[in-house]
Amino acid sequence: MARKLPSVDVVLVGFGWTASMLAQELTDSGLKVLALERGTWRDTPTDFAVTFVQDELRYYYRKALFQEPAQETLTFRNSASERALPMRELGSFLPASGVGGAGVHWNGQYWRFLPSDFMAQSHNVERYGAGAIPDGMTVQDWGVTYDELEPYYDKFERLCGISGKAGNIKGSIQNGGNPFEGARARDYPNPPMQMTYGPTLFAEAARQIGHKPFACASANMSQPYTNPLGVTLGQCSYCGFCEKYGCGNYSKASPQTTILPVLMRKPNFELRTGSEVIRINHDKNSKRATSVTYVTEQGEEFEQPAEIVVMSAFILHNAHLLLTSGIGTPYDPQTGQGVIGKNYAYQIVSSVDVFFDDKIINPFIGAGALGMAIDEFNGDNFDHTGLGFIGGGYIALWNTNGRPIETHPVPEGTPKWGGKFKKAVAENYLKSATIATHGSVMSHRGNHLDLDPTYRDIHGRPLMRMTFDYTDNEHKMSDYLTDRATEIAKAMKPREFHAKKREGHYSIVPYQTTHNTGGAIMGSDPKSSALNRYLQSWDLHNLFVMGASAFPQNPGYNPTGTIGALTYWAADAIKNQYLKNPGPLVQA
Amino acid sequence: MRVALRGVMVLAIQLTAFGGPVAAPASAGEQSFELVQRGKALVDAGDCMACHTQDQNKPFAGGRRIETPFGTLYSPNITPDRETGIGAWSDEDFYRAMHQGIGPDGARLYPAFPYPYFTKMKHDDVLAIHAYLSTLQPISNPRSNNQLQWPLNHRVFMRGWDMLFFKPGTFAPRTDKSAEWNRGAYLVEGPGHCGACHTPKNFLGADKASEALDGGKLQNWYAPNITNDQHLGVGSWTADEITEYLKTGRNVHSGAAALMSEVVRDSTSKMSDSDLHAMAIYLKDINGKSGTPLPKADQPANDSGRTIYADSCSACHRSNGSGVSHMFPPLAKNANVQSSDPTTVIRVILQGARTAVTDSRPTASSMPSYDWKLSDNDVAAVATYVRNAWGNTAANVTANEVKSLRQHLEATTP
Repeated sequence: MARKLPSVDVVLVGFGWTASMLAQELTDSGLKVLALERGTWRDTPTDFAVTFVQDELRYYYRKALFQEPAQETLTFRNSASERALPMRELGSFLPASGVGGAGVHWNGQYWRFLPSDFMAQSHNVERYGAGAIPDGMTVQDWGVTYDELEPYYDKFERLCGISGKAGNIKGSIQNGGNPFEGARARDYPNPPMQMTYGPTLFAEAARQIGHKPFACASANMSQPYTNPLGVTLGQCSYCGFCEKYGCGNYSKASPQTTILPVLMRKPNFELRTGSEVIRINHDKNSKRATSVTYVTEQGEEFEQPAEIVVMSAFILHNAHLLLTSGIGTPYDPQTGQGVIGKNYAYQIVSSVDVFFDDKIINPFIGAGALGMAIDEFNGDNFDHTGLGFIGGGYIALWNTNGRPIETHPVPEGTPKWGGKFKKAVAENYLKSATIATHGSVMSHRGNHLDLDPTYRDIHGRPLMRMTFDYTDNEHKMSDYLTDRATEIAKAMKPREFHAKKREGHYSIVPYQTTHNTGGAIMGSDPKSSALNRYLQSWDLHNLFVMGASAFPQNPGYNPTGTIGALTYWAADAIKNQYLKNPGPLVQA
Repeated sequence: MRVALRGVMVLAIQLTAFGGPVAAPASAGEQSFELVQRGKALVDAGDCMACHTQDQNKPFAGGRRIETPFGTLYSPNITPDRETGIGAWSDEDFYRAMHQGIGPDGARLYPAFPYPYFTKMKHDDVLAIHAYLSTLQPISNPRSNNQLQWPLNHRVFMRGWDMLFFKPGTFAPRTDKSAEWNRGAYLVEGPGHCGACHTPKNFLGADKASEALDGGKLQNWYAPNITNDQHLGVGSWTADEITEYLKTGRNVHSGAAALMSEVVRDSTSKMSDSDLHAMAIYLKDINGKSGTPLPKADQPANDSGRTIYADSCSACHRSNGSGVSHMFPPLAKNANVQSSDPTTVIRVILQGARTAVTDSRPTASSMPSYDWKLSDNDVAAVATYVRNAWGNTAANVTANEVKSLRQHLEATTP
């Protein structure tokens, strides 16, 4: 029997980026805010200190910062014809556990989505006709526009101290920035990072064949920065331990380095760690969430009532909790009816390795978001007529790291172990680089999340079941991107290069990216979306769902920038509209 | 819940008004807002909180362990609890303790309680402090027994100490100096008791008056020189920079860590800008020991120190020792780094440090500990390197010094 606790104004389920941002905003409005986090407290000097954080074995291979499948996992299958099996080890994606969430172990690659990305359905139909959307593709418009989100992107960039160069300020194209980006009010708060040799070679080659390369925007600091909350970040040392690691130098934007020093001092904020929310309790008659039930590490169960409930966990947990709490109608891929679990999407990535004889790349001088990219083939930046797909992605040469266990580039045909392998690694480690493509995944009728009929978690709830595979659209698009990347590789004049196309079915085993999206999507119609344009549940007006679970499909960029913008957008709606008049912010 | 609490408060007020004997009957019923506020400001300036609070939920209830070279003391409860605090003290009892270092029962106090400084405070300021302390929530917290070495464990011994080293006397303003200078001097020499840490002590723990604020060692830290000395003190800081440091815990030169971070958190960050600036003006007027030849390391070319620095330190403190303004302190031209006594340098490398957190500087930038990672030789090499790189000059640090502090810290740090 759960012990019922005194009510709070706002309860946040999960304490990563979106929860920290909302807590900061809503405590400023005078609300009493409580965050429940299943993992532990984590901070820079105690958990990511420079004296020990550069430890590949501990952090990547033994997964010190990630979710443990014993606590929570899911089952997976490529299609409805298969039986889903539990994921017993993390692979393709790496959700976090603990304070700061995956905001602790991200690379810091920062992007805004294109204006047309927010209108993927209507824009493509308008430009290419109804036939552009093939049967079974379930792309939708977001219900919010780029122009509406622009001030909130800007606010998130200021919070994080993003280092970059604008490509389009109020419609005026800027030299050295991404000329394809949506118009922005002003430049980034910090200049781009210092570029190393590998990305420079890529940019020169891309420019030679007519592209417009630019320095990628980065949440790794190019210089010391104090954000509008008064929190200071140090300058990145290019140590090459960003993704899968916490930053020991206070130089990567994370909740810990941008918000928590201020938030944790507030008397109207409380954090309870070791507290896993297992259910959102709700009242169908009043259309309100009433409380959340959580379990501590000691196994004690508590019921925490709140006036506003915010789901701010990773997308997979948001979707799972909605499904197990019986909120909204579960999506049925047979009929296309229902919304919870709908339009799960991911990212499709490929690469081209280049090997030089005469160029020393020094991959170990790296940073998570240190790179040069081109955006000619992203979204609808190019004419898709006759190509047989929609969407796209950026092509970049990142110099993220040269970590010794992870990085052993060898040419095609090298044995996987033994003397020849070692010799090839020694010869090529300093002289190779990888061009990456980072492609969109359009939503598809069969790709979805629901509850597994067989497997259950430690609390007796059904595990979530993921059904996902790449469709022809993704493969065609990714092959097209890989061909464009190969052209740049050739222009770099390497000794040899090797393109690695993404072939066959999606596999959940090798690490690809933690850009999972969908499952509780936003939109303008409760029949086709779970949330309205303010991330407010159509079903329970005091329930808001943050994060990439709201993406109706996944554009060809990293998601964090847009997650940040959507969070500030929702925070604004809660503060300035909902608090004055609690109820649905959009009439269905 | 609120109603019940209000009931308790009403009861408390009634008890005060009609209950047993009241400590200061003369002031009962008089307007005291201004008095109490002035007392609070002085309690902040005097950092009473730091020594008299062990448990943050029991402010001023004492019990904090204070290490001295002569043994361990536990601070007393200064809440108005009548049994275990100072609730039964009269104004004059309180003044005698502050001004003469003598308790109401006639017992001599130990100068870990800095009455040699508080004696300089004006009578009405001391009563204001008492008035403020009387408004606190009384907390029952019996005092722990001190563990002092013979003969200091006998309070009567302190009569001799007082005769030798202590002269009661209120601060006398200097007419040849500005009002701001005098205000600063009063705060530094009186309630602020800066010299309690920053002035070196003789073998019986009394201030070496001729070396006031030249830097002192306590609790295995070295509190640096805060005179206007260009090399060892705050000579390169402007008065505004000193003010900023005291207010926010940071400036371009340094960040307050360890004991000083508590001073900033509990005391100076709560003081008014004008008082802080006055203190800065006074400190800037204390001449350093000019003409003292600068010490130098025996082996300035220190390859292993440079290598360790590049590997372990340069990411934050930068390869040129410039640090990151208001985040990671610069080591170049840093007086703390070049202190004649290297205790703090060695200790920070061994144990790490965390800078003060204030409203205007909320980021607690921290240095991790290296004691598990660097040998005595390594610590000595890198300490010697930073004390002599980028124009710094200071005596070299030996592996034996590191070894001895390491052993001592392991034995005494909880």
